Amino acid sequence: MAFSISFQSSILTTTIGVFKRSLSTTRMLANKQMTVRDALNTAMDDEMERDERVFILGEEVALYDGAYKVSRGLYKKYGEQRVIDTPITEIGFAGIAVGAAMAGLRPICEFMTFNFSMQAIDHVINSAAKTFYMSAGRVNVPIVFRGPNGAAAGVAAQHSQCFGAWYGQCPGLKVISPYSSEDARGLLKAAIRDPDPVVFLENELLYGNQYPITDEVLDKEFVLPIGKAKIERKGDHITLVAHSKGVELALEAAKELSSVGIEAEVINLRSLRPLDINTIIESVVRTNHIISVEQGWPYAGIGSEIAAQIMESEAFYHLDAPLIRVTGADVPMPYTKSLEIAALPQINDIAEAVKRILGVKDV
Amino acid sequence: MMYSSVMLKRLTNLNFFKKQYMLYSSISGNIQDLSYRGINKVNFIPTLDINEPSLNSMPIFRILDDNGDIVSNCNSVPVIIPENDELLKMYKSMVLLSIMDKILYESQRQGRISFYMTNEGEEAAQIGSAAGIHFNDQVYGQYREAGVLLFRGFTPEQFMNQCFGNIEDLGKGKQMPVHYGSKDLNFVTLSSPLTTQLPQAVGTAYSFKLLKNNRCTIVYFGEGAASEGDAHAAFNFASTLNCPIIFFCRNNGFAISTPANEQYRGDGIISHGPGYGIATIRVDGNDILAVYNATLKAREYVMTNTRPLILEAMTYRRGHHSTSDDSTAYRSKDEIEQWANKNPITRLKKFLEKKNLWNDQYELEYTKDTKKQIMQMFAIASKKNKPNWKEMFNDVYYEIPDHLLEQMNSLENHISHYPEHYVIE
Repeated sequence: MAFSISFQSSILTTTIGVFKRSLSTTRMLANKQMTVRDALNTAMDDEMERDERVFILGEEVALYDGAYKVSRGLYKKYGEQRVIDTPITEIGFAGIAVGAAMAGLRPICEFMTFNFSMQAIDHVINSAAKTFYMSAGRVNVPIVFRGPNGAAAGVAAQHSQCFGAWYGQCPGLKVISPYSSEDARGLLKAAIRDPDPVVFLENELLYGNQYPITDEVLDKEFVLPIGKAKIERKGDHITLVAHSKGVELALEAAKELSSVGIEAEVINLRSLRPLDINTIIESVVRTNHIISVEQGWPYAGIGSEIAAQIMESEAFYHLDAPLIRVTGADVPMPYTKSLEIAALPQINDIAEAVKRILGVKDV
Repeated sequence: MMYSSVMLKRLTNLNFFKKQYMLYSSISGNIQDLSYRGINKVNFIPTLDINEPSLNSMPIFRILDDNGDIVSNCNSVPVIIPENDELLKMYKSMVLLSIMDKILYESQRQGRISFYMTNEGEEAAQIGSAAGIHFNDQVYGQYREAGVLLFRGFTPEQFMNQCFGNIEDLGKGKQMPVHYGSKDLNFVTLSSPLTTQLPQAVGTAYSFKLLKNNRCTIVYFGEGAASEGDAHAAFNFASTLNCPIIFFCRNNGFAISTPANEQYRGDGIISHGPGYGIATIRVDGNDILAVYNATLKAREYVMTNTRPLILEAMTYRRGHHSTSDDSTAYRSKDEIEQWANKNPITRLKKFLEKKNLWNDQYELEYTKDTKKQIMQMFAIASKKNKPNWKEMFNDVYYEIPDHLLEQMNSLENHISHYPEHYVIE
């Protein structure tokens, strides 16, 4: 909540001419809000209503409405054939989902958290992602694997890992990492309709956040294109590129920097694969500086991939300084709060990195 | 997996407390009302016993003995003997499979294909079960089910095109040898990681149940594959979701080099049935008529009851696991020889001879013709062009994404500049 208020105020202080695009989707906001949880819930509801082949399976998704209440009310509405509580075996229900998709259904496979998807990763990578290729285009596997990903709060190493880079590495998968309610709703609906397998990485800490939405977003036919990033905030001095919770941090940092005269552009990736490198390049050509922000590990991470793709593009020649990655620390997540904070990127880390790149001394 | 944060959530679940409360209140009330959610019938006893597993083995159903005679007490069972044409089709398929195996196995030894797996010894389990299911039923194989695919209509040319990955390979050169698949024949492209086919087959069976399309799924696996977690997840899901599926286990004695008696300690694979609440049949896997009848009965059961069934075919893998091992390193030649006498092909041949449907002359002609044809097909398949290089980029996604299109265009440009260095087919 605290965040969404500051987000609106940052928009209100901007001038209309420059921010036409963001204003056009946020004008009515002030009165319409939706949580990410409800955005995901209504997206599934819409798509289950629209297409009988869509069903949900996972642990606790039916009677208990989902461990995080994302599937609330769907069991009641669609019944036990389409909202299925499974025995506790990720390897089992991920495999069931693959087989059901091969046979013509459109499963939404909920992992209670993506940390537990490791038990089922063989089905995600070796079967879901590769079957279309291995069958030479005869059998597609339209599944959405979804659930909370990345760091939550106080749940330590085995509940706090970001799998964006893991799944993002595999051709055949599409990987989405939404930030706001608009992202969650538009992209989940698109993912359910997509003919390819999609890994949909949610964030537990964002579930309860409210974000402004428009009537357009509430439309049953509203979908967002998979593979397109969104510029959340315009700025000319530096580009901050982030996904999921990282977008929130980047926007907060941008707001702080604005008070010292630095205008950062914030790109919300939305999709990690395909990666919208063109939007990043166009931004860098204007700002000549870039920082990537993610909560996951630095090694072979999303920021590393962006750095590599910039090196291979003409954007490289527009850089006035090397890219800096602001990431989680290269350690398993510690439990103790003070250590957890130290292991995750903070707003201040981003602001410091920006000042370092721009050669700005602390005011 | 259920971890700490989730456990906390569960503990705060009101239903949890409600259940506990109901249990305690019923104890203090009328004792006869007591029931556990986890078992069917309550029976308290005053003696403390450890329940040892039974040492008895479940019997094996067979129709033909080693001499190809119908076993004497078989009259008590309503056995179905296929029509003569069907019997001959079954026999010829077995022989053709073994001939094709020999040729493709040799071709791997000569370095002409990268990999091969033979079906020797398990021809009856494959063909008998293939004859017992409907064409519309969905088949998931493990990797030693070429006979099932052959019986469903996959041609020897198609097998060889796949092994060579040539331009006519249905898989367009994307899958390693023996990883066949045919959507037209309802046979899912094989997956190398062991046992992934089991939960996936359950998912397909579940779809069929929802779609009410009168189809079932049959999924093949070895007794070694049953050690994977996937198998147990699949049994449990099939049972709890009431899926129409036949789990067809080829218990062939070896998981690569590990003998079955080191693979598990229960009574084979059907011993899992009671644990998961699944019906079972055990059959002589080298007796094609028994396998055929067992599969017919299994199919009828899974369709009528919308329930799973485990069918365990007891057999012996006479060939090596694959071209990547030499089985004489872990078993004696004597043992292999002993099983040669129980050859499932010979057993059916003896039965057919007694019915005057087959003789040595037919055998000679058929094997000679088949060998010749297959050698010809082999030569043709090996010389066919390979798929266009563009195939490399196709079918990664339903629609080709921009970055792959860019790479394809860039490669096309490159090749058009240096055509002398590339074979364009």
